[in-house]
Amino acid sequence: MYMDTADSQPAELARLDENILLFVRLLRRAGLSVGVTAGLDAVGAVRCVGLASRTHIYHALSSCLVFRPEDSELFDQAFYLFWRNPKFLEKMRNLLLPQMKQTGRAGDDEDMLRRLEEALGQPGRAEDPPAAHTQIHIDARQTASAREQLNHKDFQMMSVDEIAQAEQAVAMLVRKLPMRKSRRMADRPPARRLDFRQSLAGARRRFGLVLPQYQSPAQLIRPLVVLTDISGSMDSYSRMMLHFIHALGTLSPGGVSSFVFGTRLTPVTGLMAGRDVDASLAAVSDAVSDWAGGTDIGTCLADFNQNWSRRVLGQGASVLLMTDGLERGTDADLAFEMQRLQKSCHQLIWLNPLLRFDGFQPKSRSVQTMLAFTDRFLAVHSVHSLGQLAQLLATGDARPDKQIQSWKQRARYFSLARSDNR
Amino acid sequence: MDDIVSVEALKTALEEADYICSDGLAVALFLALRQHRPLFLEGEAGVGKTEIAKTLACLSGRPLIRLQCYEGLDISQAAYEWNYARQMVDIQAGNLKSDNLFTADYLIARPLLQAVNHRGKKSPVLLIDELDRADEAFEAYLLEFLSDWQITVPELGTLRAETPPIVIITSNRTREIHDALKRRCFYHWVDYPDLRTELGILAKKAPQAGPDLQQQLVRFVQKLRDENLFKAPGIAETIDWAQALVELNCVAVDPQTVESTMGVLLKYQDDIARIQGSEAARLLAEVQADMLAGTLAAR
Repeated sequence: MYMDTADSQPAELARLDENILLFVRLLRRAGLSVGVTAGLDAVGAVRCVGLASRTHIYHALSSCLVFRPEDSELFDQAFYLFWRNPKFLEKMRNLLLPQMKQTGRAGDDEDMLRRLEEALGQPGRAEDPPAAHTQIHIDARQTASAREQLNHKDFQMMSVDEIAQAEQAVAMLVRKLPMRKSRRMADRPPARRLDFRQSLAGARRRFGLVLPQYQSPAQLIRPLVVLTDISGSMDSYSRMMLHFIHALGTLSPGGVSSFVFGTRLTPVTGLMAGRDVDASLAAVSDAVSDWAGGTDIGTCLADFNQNWSRRVLGQGASVLLMTDGLERGTDADLAFEMQRLQKSCHQLIWLNPLLRFDGFQPKSRSVQTMLAFTDRFLAVHSVHSLGQLAQLLATGDARPDKQIQSWKQRARYFSLARSDNR
Repeated sequence: MDDIVSVEALKTALEEADYICSDGLAVALFLALRQHRPLFLEGEAGVGKTEIAKTLACLSGRPLIRLQCYEGLDISQAAYEWNYARQMVDIQAGNLKSDNLFTADYLIARPLLQAVNHRGKKSPVLLIDELDRADEAFEAYLLEFLSDWQITVPELGTLRAETPPIVIITSNRTREIHDALKRRCFYHWVDYPDLRTELGILAKKAPQAGPDLQQQLVRFVQKLRDENLFKAPGIAETIDWAQALVELNCVAVDPQTVESTMGVLLKYQDDIARIQGSEAARLLAEVQADMLAGTLAAR
C-alpha cells in the first residue's frame, strides 16, 4: 500500500489527500481542536515525508495535528482505527460525507464503529433529562433589610429562590483581580527609570531639545489557582464557590486555574471558561465522578503538587483552597503536601465554611495540621463573606494576616491539650 | 541541510554528529527544515531540546543565534534597540547625516533582528530557549516574526529575512504557550528515551564507561523514572552520572556507589530520601536480574 510520492499516480494522491482530510474531521469530532490550516499542513507534511514508512506518516500527522501531550493518546487510537482497517475507513466516509450516506450495514463494521465511539468518547448516549428548572421570581418590593438578611444568611439555609438571588449577587461581587509587579517597564508613575526611546523621540519634535521621560514597572494580573472541595459536607458551598470562580474567570481569561477535588483531583479550568455560568457548572458536574462523596485532601494535594503545581504556579500565583479540612488520611502526608503547596505559591488562602459557627475551634487534628501552613484563614458561607474575599483580592492586600497568628496559637493549644489527655 | 532528502538521511547525519533521536523528533525536524517552518519542542528538563539546535548548527555549518527567554524580556533585548548614546553624541556634535535620528546606523540588532539581518549563503539556526519563562506579551510579539520572518520597527519600517532561518523553540511547560503560536510551528513532545536509544546516547557521550557499566546505569535510571518522583532524571543526568562513575573509577553500580552519587541523578531532597537505602538496593537487584535474563536469552 505504501510507496513513494514520486511514483504515485495523481489520482491516488488526490485520494490520499481526501483521506487525510477525512481523518482530520474524525479528530475534530473526537474533540481535538484542529483548524482548517492544520489540516492542509497535514496534507503537505505527508507529501513531504513520502509514503514509504508508516511510522513517518504517523509522526508527520502528529506534528501538525497534536499540540498537547495529553491529546496524543486520542490521536493514537484514532490513527490506529482509521489507517489500519480499510473497512472502517469506508464506514467513516459514509458517516462523515452526507451526500454519500447509505443505510447502515450490520456486522463487524457496526461493532468497530461502536468501539471508536467509546474510544473517542462520542456522545452516543441519550441526552440527560433536563434538570427541573425552578422559576426565578425576583421580588420587586424587596427592602434593603431583606437584602441585608440575604447577605448574611448561610448558603445551606437558603431556599431555591434565595440561592438564585445569591448567585447573581456573587457574580456582581467580583470587580478586580490581584495584581503583581511585572519585570517589564511601562510609562506610568512613579518614575523609576529613564526611557531613552521616548526621550529621544520627543527630541525630534522639540527641535533637538532632549527632555527626560521616565518609566516604571508595569502591573500584571496575579494568577489565581482555586482548589474546591466538592465532598458531601461541602455541597451547597462548593456550588456557590464555582459561581464565584466563574465570575473571576470572566475578568481574566487564562488567569484563573480551577480544580475540584473529593477523593481525586479534577482540573476544570477549561470547563469553567464558558460564557454561560449554568452551562459551565453542568459541564463540571458531568466531568466529575466524586461529587458529594468522601474527601481525601492529602492524596488530592499530592496529585496537584506532583502534576500541576509546576504548570500553573510558575508566575507567582495565589492559591485559594476551599475545604472544611475534615479528613481521615494520615497527618504526616497532609503536612508534607500542605507545606510543599504553601512554599510553591505566593500565598495560600484557606476558605473554610465551618467558620460560620461562632464557636468554631481548631480541634480536629487535620485542621490543626493545615492551619500551620496557611497564610490566611477566611469564611465563605454567605454572600457577605464572599464579598470580603472579593475585596481582599481587589485590593491585593500583601500585609500579613493578623488573625492567622491567633488561629495558629489556638491550633497549638488544642493539639497540646489532646496530647496531655492521652 | 538542503542535501538531506529523507528522514533516514537526517537521522544518520545527526547520529554522526553524536545526537541520537527518536523517529518522531526526526520526522518533525525534517518537516521543519523542508517546509521552512519553526519547530516547537516541549518536554521535561534535560531531554536534549537545546542540544538539537546546537547539533544542527554544528552539522550544517550555520551560525547559532540563541535567545534565552526570561520574565520581562522585551523588544529592546530580544529584537532591536536604538543606540541612544550615539544618538545623543551626534546631536550635540551636530554630526547628524540627515535630519532623521532613527536610521539603520543607530540600530543595535538583538538575536531576532540578527537572524533577520543575516547576510550569507546559509541562514542561521535561531534557538528561542525556554519560551515559557517569558511573559505572554512576548509570545504575541513573536507571531509576526514566526509566520513571515519579518520584524517591524515603527521608526524605520518592516525588515524581512532574505532566507528564512531555521527556528527551534523550546519550552519546559511551566505554563501553557498560546495555541496561536503553536499552530505556526511543527510540534513535538520530547519524551524520555527508551532503553536502546539511551544506551546509544551513552555510548556516544560517555564512551569511557564500559558497556557493562553503561547497561547497569541506564537500566537503573530507566527504573528510577517509573518511581513517580517529583523530578525524574533526564538524559543529561544519566550522562553526568556515567561521567561521575568513570571519575570515581567504578566498574559496576553497587548500593554504596548509588548512595554516595545520588545527588548527580536526583535534585530534590524528598526524592533522594525516598530512593536512598533499601529502595535503591531493590532497584539494583531488579536491574541485575533483568541483565541476567538478557544474557540467558541471548545464549
